Amino acid sequence: MSILSVENLGKSFGGIRANHDISFTVDQGEILGIIGPNGAGKSTLFDLITGYTRADTGKVTFDGNDITRLRPDKISNLAIGRTFQKLKPFADLTLLENVMIGAFAKETDIKAARDKALEIIDFVDLIEKRHHFARELSTGQRKRLELARAMAIEPKLLLMDEVTGGVDQKTIPGLVELILKMKASGVTIATIEHNINIIMEISDNILALDQGQNIAYGKPKDIQNNEQVIDAYLGRVDVA
Amino acid sequence: MENLLTHAKQEPVWNTSKEIISLLGLLSFFLIVFPLFGPSPFYLHLMIMIFMYAVMSQSWNVIAGLSGQISLGHGAFFGIGAYTSSFLYVQYGVTPWLGILAGMLFAALVAISIGIPMLRLSGHYFAIATLLIGISFQVVFQRWEMVGAASGLWIPLTEESSWFALQFHDSKVPYYYLFLGFFILSYLSVWRLSTSKIGFRLRAVRDDYQAASSLGIAISKYKIIAFAISAVIMAPMGSLFAQYILIVDPDRMFNLEISIIVLLMTVLGGIGNIWGPLIGVAILIPISEYTRIYFGGTGGAIDLIFYGLILMLICVFRPAGLISLLPKHLIEREKQR
Repeated sequence: MSILSVENLGKSFGGIRANHDISFTVDQGEILGIIGPNGAGKSTLFDLITGYTRADTGKVTFDGNDITRLRPDKISNLAIGRTFQKLKPFADLTLLENVMIGAFAKETDIKAARDKALEIIDFVDLIEKRHHFARELSTGQRKRLELARAMAIEPKLLLMDEVTGGVDQKTIPGLVELILKMKASGVTIATIEHNINIIMEISDNILALDQGQNIAYGKPKDIQNNEQVIDAYLGRVDVA
Repeated sequence: MENLLTHAKQEPVWNTSKEIISLLGLLSFFLIVFPLFGPSPFYLHLMIMIFMYAVMSQSWNVIAGLSGQISLGHGAFFGIGAYTSSFLYVQYGVTPWLGILAGMLFAALVAISIGIPMLRLSGHYFAIATLLIGISFQVVFQRWEMVGAASGLWIPLTEESSWFALQFHDSKVPYYYLFLGFFILSYLSVWRLSTSKIGFRLRAVRDDYQAASSLGIAISKYKIIAFAISAVIMAPMGSLFAQYILIVDPDRMFNLEISIIVLLMTVLGGIGNIWGPLIGVAILIPISEYTRIYFGGTGGAIDLIFYGLILMLICVFRPAGLISLLPKHLIEREKQR
């Protein structure tokens, strides 16, 4: 059963078509991987779904609600969480306070919000760093912070924008493990990734974009062998 | 990790240090007993001005430090408080106690009304808009006959000191305790606010509005809440100051200088920290009052030169304000993070 449905979504900035006629669905409990070269419109697609950018055409339906014209906070309140490509931690707040702000989406009591935040921080394996300021954390830890903060709103759907981007190789397996743990906890995930090995490993389905258009959608194995995706993104191995 | 989680859950929610609590206890005790030592009227006046500006700067700190909106016309709410209570007393004989409450309510309504269109602006644009709003209040009150236009309202003197009329002719001590009471109440309220769900959400809006809205926070709504709370804190100081000098006029009550001075004091002490405004005020008000005494009317602007110099030094050497000179472990716990 699909939890998110995107129909004919389009957005232009002046003469540039950032997204054009994009349609796909995300099933409950799955991980949808989104791939494409830089400038393919992946982050714009997330901005359109979460209300940060207003779509020119098309419709986004989440859990039976038309969310195409809603504000980001209203969309978040429907239980869509997201992280950002350019990290946006509340730098002068501690890790615990960052996640508590997420927890306040559902909790009003300070103690309840604090306890919930601590459980999520424990879930992302950062409990020892709970009193550290966000600005003091490493990039990998700040990625976990953003995931924890988004998890704190109790999302049904979580949109992750390049969670493993910009972190060192040793950090990546832990983040991948965390994404799978989130999926196991019942959260549906759509994730933008540049690391093709990771996307093939974790995704149930993959959406490939190029120049703002949906060029392929399907199982990882099919995408890997799709001619258009190979030409636009994956590249060919020259066997001379 | 399970043990660490259990341990973390048992930690106190607010980890205020013993040093801070002891210091606050000592300070409160000193402030309460201070008049018993029979200080001269000048020192009582000095303390009254410190309390008043500490509250006003804290009001500005709520909108600027807690929610990240720089207001340059905040003095308008001071004037609204002064005029509301004075007008109700002069026209209808309503006790200034009720006048203070009416002033707070009216200031909140004005903040919400102007906040709805203005808080869609951000950064410099919001600051410029508030500056113009502050100036326009002065212009309107200078021409508004019902509230005495340019000559303002003269509060009729009571024959004897009266708690009903909030007039004390023999001593400044009652005024001292009035301002002290509002000072303590305001600081406790702001501390409570900054440690509440609203306080957390305001800091999120201040730090990154996009991340905040991704967590279900309605940005405009929270900016308006901060603006209204800030106005509610500022207005009673206008009412009390009107009772202190027993005259309200547009040049004094809607003076642009009020808005600028509360900004300077907060920046000097440390913006975004609950104790920052108090530190800034405790330094700048004595400079202002002493230069007023030593240089008289002709040297009245000397304090502004001092303000300018200090502010330049702060901007260059201590951008986080004087509070950043205190030990780190004390500041960061008490910061309006």
